[in-house]
Amino acid sequence: MTTSTGKAGAMRVGALLLAMPLLLWLFLLVILPHVDLLLVSLRERISYGKYEFSLINYIEFFVEPLYWNTYVRTAVMSLMATVLTLMIGFPVSYYIAKVMRGKGKNVLFLLCLIPFWVSELVRTFGWMILLRESGVISNFLQWAGIADGPIEMLYNDATIMVGLVYTSMLFMVVPLVSVLDSLDDSLIEAGYDLGGNAFTVTRDIVIPHAMPGIASGCIVVFMLTLGNYLTPNLLGGKDSLWFTEQIYTQFITRFNWESGSAFGFLLLVLSSLIVWIGLKLSRQTLSETVS
Amino acid sequence: MSKKHGALRGSLLGLTALAGMVMLGQTAQAEELRLLTWGGYVPDDVVAEFEAETGIDVEVTLSNNEEMISKLRATGGGGFDLAQPSQDRIASAQLEHNIYKPIDLSKIDASLFIPSMLEATKANTTLDGEVYGVPQIWGTDGLVLNTAEASTVKDYIDLCSDEVAGKVSYRLRRPTLIAFAFSMGMDPFAAYNDEAAYQEILDKVEAKLIECKPNVKTYWEGSDSLLNLIRSGEVVAAMAWDAGGWTLNNDNPDMNFVAPSSGALGWVDTFAIPRKAENEEAAYKWINFVMKPEIAARITAASSYYTASNGASSLLDEAQRKQFETSFPQEALDNINWYPPVPAGLEAIEGKTLDRVKAAQSN
Repeated sequence: MTTSTGKAGAMRVGALLLAMPLLLWLFLLVILPHVDLLLVSLRERISYGKYEFSLINYIEFFVEPLYWNTYVRTAVMSLMATVLTLMIGFPVSYYIAKVMRGKGKNVLFLLCLIPFWVSELVRTFGWMILLRESGVISNFLQWAGIADGPIEMLYNDATIMVGLVYTSMLFMVVPLVSVLDSLDDSLIEAGYDLGGNAFTVTRDIVIPHAMPGIASGCIVVFMLTLGNYLTPNLLGGKDSLWFTEQIYTQFITRFNWESGSAFGFLLLVLSSLIVWIGLKLSRQTLSETVS
Repeated sequence: MSKKHGALRGSLLGLTALAGMVMLGQTAQAEELRLLTWGGYVPDDVVAEFEAETGIDVEVTLSNNEEMISKLRATGGGGFDLAQPSQDRIASAQLEHNIYKPIDLSKIDASLFIPSMLEATKANTTLDGEVYGVPQIWGTDGLVLNTAEASTVKDYIDLCSDEVAGKVSYRLRRPTLIAFAFSMGMDPFAAYNDEAAYQEILDKVEAKLIECKPNVKTYWEGSDSLLNLIRSGEVVAAMAWDAGGWTLNNDNPDMNFVAPSSGALGWVDTFAIPRKAENEEAAYKWINFVMKPEIAARITAASSYYTASNGASSLLDEAQRKQFETSFPQEALDNINWYPPVPAGLEAIEGKTLDRVKAAQSN
């Protein structure tokens, strides 16, 4: 008896040691900072260096329409960006996975990847050079006689949307290509043989098969967009209003770590909630999507 | 931070110590000065000369007032040996976060400083009888104009006029609130210690800034991006620092810094020593080095920023002195509104105002 329990114990210690890097990483870099953030968000500054427990930071968020509006706006725009990315990314992925053959396929896939070899900052500046009033597109339109004077295309919501979709395209295309690759061509052919047209085949065969890829692509894109700081800030200019910006401002320029932490938690709740609703609506489970 | 974070603190400290031990092996030999400063304050040739003279490596981190305080607050005053916050932001930050240590005035050569500026800065950064800052660089906020296209702009409030619609830029930070308040005939500094009166001023400024928003091309963040906007002609009038205007003036005589009729806003950036500075000696050496008139004059020549170094201005070349006198005739110089120390808590109400301006729809 004693030897067998000893053996099991040793096994357990071994497993624990193996899992240690993961556990340490989870605890020190994910759980611990979040617990600290939660504690900070639940206190109120009374006077110099004196703090007390309070819900004021959360109440503030709901009372001040400004924060609430930014929050909703960020969520809605992120959802729109996700849908747009899916609508553009799906045909692209289908073309790469099902229509192209051999070398051309790899070349196209690589073309999708190449912009991501430079950092997001550089890509965003690229868009700014194209779209600004004295930029490439504005000058071209004037040269071609389409526009009379310089046109400002930066600093509005449409530009933010372009930037967001562009930034997240790869994260939609990669899972879609891999899931569409696994779809047997004969299933599509059978669909046509049985009298289906392009629409019904896509609806009844391709999309149901691609659902896990669509779900995981959408989750990643949505999370990235919701948590994006650079693109809305640079392309949106004076009207950008992104919730992450609000968090940055609270932490850095207002020295208000308390409300910054509260906002951080609210953003976490929002993204979890929307992803959960999305999974429920598409009847996917998280484990299915991740695998 | 109170006691309830003790456990978290402890484990984080443990992790930091571990990382520290790894680092220790590599960096023990070279003496280093970690400087937290602004863009343009430390020209490369000055750093090279200091390194040659003292053998101390200078590691420069560029920042701004808010980031400096936030960074030092996050580490409890560690990570840097010398910081350069503005004089009006020291006392409240020290009181609130305890991030600096007092300056040992015996280690500083007071004769290197313009006496009036040294005394004023010492007075504004004194807390419980200890001095926390000595001046290095001063300058003003005012108007940077492309005079060929924005000759009608004389004061901050003119940035909202139709003549320059869509071609205006300013920062969405506290100096803009103060500037517009002065320009609208109010005195925000007089209301610094009266929160209700200050709020009233802020409300009027907020209404004005929201009304003015369609005029704005974008709120600028870094001075380089602003200078590019003006150079390309996308912006013809901006509220910005004087040095930026003079830099533009060197390339294009139409562009210049203009002191607004309600008075330029004068700031002084200081030397302050973070509480957990590791190489204080190097910090004092650096202060006494860059305040030498010939070094200070070189910094001004390279960046257009004026220094508090005594005697540096006589070493400047004629063109630069002329530039200064064109922007600042004697009455404009007398008209400068110098920032008094910011009382703690004021920034919280200003923050709300700035947030609301940012959130307002402009079209």
